[in-house]
Amino acid sequence: MPKYLLVESRDPSETNDIGYFYDLAAALAGEGHAVTLFLVQNGVFPARRSAMSEPIGRAAKTGVEVLADEFSLRERGITSDRLVSGVKPAPLDVVIDQLAEGRKALWH
Amino acid sequence: MAKKVLQVIETAYRGTLEEQDDTVVWLTHAMRGAGLHTDVLLRGNAANYPVTAQDASGLEFGGRKQTQPPRIADDLARLIEKGVSVYVVTDDLDRRGIQTSDLIRGLKSVGSAELPKLFGGYDQIWHW
Amino acid sequence: MAPTPTLTFVLMDPPYENARTTTALRLLDIAARRGYNLNVFAYEGAVYVPFSKQAPHPNAVHGRDLAQEDHPNPKDWVEAIIAEAKRQGGTVDWVQCGLCVDERGAAESIPGLRRGSPADLVKFAEVSDNTLVIPTK
Repeated sequence: MPKYLLVESRDPSETNDIGYFYDLAAALAGEGHAVTLFLVQNGVFPARRSAMSEPIGRAAKTGVEVLADEFSLRERGITSDRLVSGVKPAPLDVVIDQLAEGRKALWH
Repeated sequence: MAKKVLQVIETAYRGTLEEQDDTVVWLTHAMRGAGLHTDVLLRGNAANYPVTAQDASGLEFGGRKQTQPPRIADDLARLIEKGVSVYVVTDDLDRRGIQTSDLIRGLKSVGSAELPKLFGGYDQIWHW
Repeated sequence: MAPTPTLTFVLMDPPYENARTTTALRLLDIAARRGYNLNVFAYEGAVYVPFSKQAPHPNAVHGRDLAQEDHPNPKDWVEAIIAEAKRQGGTVDWVQCGLCVDERGAAESIPGLRRGSPADLVKFAEVSDNTLVIPTK
């Protein structure tokens, strides 16, 4: 079964189209695919516990692996103890790993 | 075996007046001509691209007229004529008040809930 | 031993405008350090990423002269990535979309790149293990 890598670079305050991408990740996971939602750039803002975090936590509960770029977190002063449950910090290398693995890769 | 690629177009009306087309629709034409096995999915604001009533004509800058404005719906229709499947997300049509009668012929409709199944038919998804 | 992966990246943003440019170059850097074979199709504004006329500047607000500011130009990062790939036994085939170059007057790019067309992107996609489009918005 194909695996997916979804890279989200934006956050809900920039565009309300973010929900589409979180929902897509959850729907793909619901079909039984292994799905990584990799947050990068401003896409990591909802990873810090806040009113913006709820949809990310929901996606994680559906089985989506939610990772947040370590550099983007550090660049924004978001420490790991402030992350919403279900989100893990990860190096950008993961994106290269999963591209090389042949995952279907979508950037948003 | 040749790869099958789905072009997901969501960013709309970006540079279209300067380019006189949508650059991803244009690129899809060119790549199709170069042998890529590819289809198109329109979502977000790009769901408006197949609306036949679009008219970007009449721009003039200091007396310099634009004579070849973009005709994006026609460009999509030509893709369909070439055998490219052009899908449009029905939820995005509804959200924008776009009716089926507003659109070019030959489009294929897909609900957002059906995207995982659609994606399953392609080797790669290029999300523009 | 597994064959060396080949990855294709499509870039669209001009430099100094969006975090996507630096993220794209970070990704290329990681893959170059691994000795991967890399293809880049620079489309639209991304043809300015390796534009050779980029120049560093001093920054009075920062209180630093030219040398102290050490202002980064993306063209230098691209050049360094290409060199790193070579050191690690990999390759970088960077294609500048020709029509995008023409309409922007961006013909002067650093050495080691080539002019091309969408047909090059099709070839890249066919021979690569994967392709990542990093679109502009």
